[in-house]
Amino acid sequence: MAETSLQTVNSGSNPPATTETRSWTVSPRIDIVETDDEVRLYADMPGVKPEDVDIRFENGELSVHGRRTVVHHDKSRTAWENPIQGYYRTFRLTEQIASDRIQAELKNGVLTLHLPKIEAVKPRRITVRG
Amino acid sequence: MLMPLRRDGFAELWNELTRMQEEFGRLFNSQVSAASLPLNVWHDDHYLYVETDLPDVDPSQLDVSIAEGNQLTVQGERKAPDVAGAVWVRQERPYGRFMRSVTLPVIVDADKVEASYEDGVLKLKLPKSEAAKPRKIAVRS
Repeated sequence: MAETSLQTVNSGSNPPATTETRSWTVSPRIDIVETDDEVRLYADMPGVKPEDVDIRFENGELSVHGRRTVVHHDKSRTAWENPIQGYYRTFRLTEQIASDRIQAELKNGVLTLHLPKIEAVKPRRITVRG
Repeated sequence: MLMPLRRDGFAELWNELTRMQEEFGRLFNSQVSAASLPLNVWHDDHYLYVETDLPDVDPSQLDVSIAEGNQLTVQGERKAPDVAGAVWVRQERPYGRFMRSVTLPVIVDADKVEASYEDGVLKLKLPKSEAAKPRKIAVRS
């Protein structure tokens, strides 16, 4: 059901082309779970602060872009095994998602997106009259 | 995923030690793998700075240790989120136990290591031992 209401679109290889984000922006790993009321998406974005996340919804497409804070730029590098400097991924939402009520939070390097379902698609119990 | 660095004795030593540990890991099929827990390391005259991404890990469940002055080991467990009442649709994020052990290029003062957890990143600040610090030798005339 959620795969029809939320589709992952690209792998993060083509973020908006600015010199700042062109290098080492990767597609964050995500989990998706679904309840009766919402589709919930978790994205691993370690090193990103809440003020450095940009979430947009446009033409049915939700894009998530996060930039890592540059650290220790004044020191010498000993090892550089993790070059990731940003995260970018887009998702296509169907009209079963109430896009005006999407909520996001970022904690401990994980972005959580709450994508509420519109009333018409929520499961409901039908009472049988005797 | 080691990136080439400009010629730097420290970095070369690191690369060599890491390569050896990877070889041992393969030989003995241990969990020692750079792929599972990539580290970034910086240094200045007084400290080594080690950082590794550990999103959504309970810091109290992290085990950071230093043996023999330069054997750094980071281990812990990442648990899947509690999604009671929900069904899984897609899972790409890794869960379970992780471990990485590396040989630092210098001896550090294990008693004075500072560890913090910020935005899903483990940050270690390790003071170099006095003997490992660079010093200026005065030349007597």
